[in-house]
Amino acid sequence: MHYYKDKAISVRNLTKCFGSFIAVDHISFDVAKGEIFGFLGANGAGKTTAMRMLCGLSVPTAGNGHVAGCDIITQAEAIKHRIGYMSQKFSLYSGLTVEENISLFSTIYGMSSKEIREASGRLFAELGMEDMRRAFVKDIPVGWRQKLAFAVATIHKPEVVFLDEPTGGVDPVTRRKFWELIYKASSEGMTVFVTTHYLDEAEYCNRISIMVDGRISALDSPSALKEKYHAATIDEVFRIVAQTAQRTD
Amino acid sequence: MNTAIDISGVTKRYGNLTALDDVSFNVERGEMFGLIGPDGSGKSSLYKILATLTSPDAGSASVCGLDTVKDYVKLRKLIGYMPERFSLYQDLTVSENLHFFASLFGVSIKDNYDIIAPVFAQLERFPNRKAGALSGGMKQKLALSCALIHRPEILLLDEPTTGVDAVSRSEFWDMLSTLREKGITILVSTSYMDEATRCERIALIDKGKILKINTPEGLVAGLDENLYNASATRMFELLTKLRQLPEVDDCYTFGATLHVVGKNGFNPSSVRDKLRLEGLHDVEVYPAKGDIEDLFIKLTR
Repeated sequence: MHYYKDKAISVRNLTKCFGSFIAVDHISFDVAKGEIFGFLGANGAGKTTAMRMLCGLSVPTAGNGHVAGCDIITQAEAIKHRIGYMSQKFSLYSGLTVEENISLFSTIYGMSSKEIREASGRLFAELGMEDMRRAFVKDIPVGWRQKLAFAVATIHKPEVVFLDEPTGGVDPVTRRKFWELIYKASSEGMTVFVTTHYLDEAEYCNRISIMVDGRISALDSPSALKEKYHAATIDEVFRIVAQTAQRTD
Repeated sequence: MNTAIDISGVTKRYGNLTALDDVSFNVERGEMFGLIGPDGSGKSSLYKILATLTSPDAGSASVCGLDTVKDYVKLRKLIGYMPERFSLYQDLTVSENLHFFASLFGVSIKDNYDIIAPVFAQLERFPNRKAGALSGGMKQKLALSCALIHRPEILLLDEPTTGVDAVSRSEFWDMLSTLREKGITILVSTSYMDEATRCERIALIDKGKILKINTPEGLVAGLDENLYNASATRMFELLTKLRQLPEVDDCYTFGATLHVVGKNGFNPSSVRDKLRLEGLHDVEVYPAKGDIEDLFIKLTR
């Protein structure tokens, strides 16, 4: 029995160096299946580099780990089939229709035509987007685009979904609706790994970690962190923890 | 003349899309004025008009008393514009970028250094680093320095803090306050509602329309009435249950708690008892303090 079997993500001493620069410095943590895990840190703290290693896009300099049951070093390709990924910067092709985006991404995820037909049928029904099938993504309202982006990132029923600042620049109402989608996915057993600059959203996570200078400086539930740092909000906790940064840009 | 920016009935269309719909407001000289709204609300279109890069389809705008269409040549020297995305040459170094912008405006960096000093100080250590290799926070400081080097009267900052972490955002706002003390009028846009309190007055914008203009305190005044916090261990279940109650007008997540907008006659203790009977044993309901996000939700729902 391996330690990672009941975990969605489990990494030990994960490290990435670029020349003499240590971008990610021996980080170790576990994420339980079905957990909503908030991955916070200042710009340049190493979040993106760490996330790339977890997604099998970058080989660690040292350390090891498993994501969705796959070894991040020896099974990097297999990981990509078992995870979903969405970011605010890029998640859908705006010049393609709703339908075309769905079939493009499900094909990339290696689904068969039969699976794609079933999945897109289910998705249209669930989202109530039937009459938007042939609309270009650039023409649909931002709230629908967000829902669609999340649905597309999870169309292959991944064990873990990585959300990289999924709500940047989005209005307060849409932002909240998006988090309700996250809650729903998590209640159905999906593991959610999310980064955000909106620290009120960090309060919605089961646990959060805060990266400073390539290391994980704090990791616990939002309420435990607030208690530990005698802070009223995660925003305050973040300021206290991030202040300790030595690394200059 | 104390009006720095005068926007009067401005409408801008792109094909079928109305990006700005009859927008009017004034910014006073020396004021720090915030334009707050989500992506796609029309903020950048308004900036492009004020920066004389495009003209309105209807209405007019003037900056420092100069019309943005007729007087654009004169006006360009008086404004410093920091667009949302492109403003730096990624392949030029820190020093080259600054020299480039100074020479465009025919000014000397030495003469005007005092104005950029508070912003540029942290960049002085690496004059030869390419702009493309700077972190987000540093890029933003260089872009601001380049927008300031010709000593503009008006600073137009379009989403300067997007994608920047909370600590750097707060530093950036401190720098803006310093510039404002030097007498520069600042129109700054953001999609982070929490930044609203850093401005003297703000306009809330959504779908090309101005929803409200006021001081941050003025905007949230009266919001607390019938606004409550609710919390329980099982938050998602609490949210669903609250939405089904007849005395609840709206309910949404708000950081560690839920915000509940009650209808007239909403009674927090009877709501609490009702929910406890339904199995949410640790539920708490108590008055909340409304902020800009509550207002935005109320106005756009």
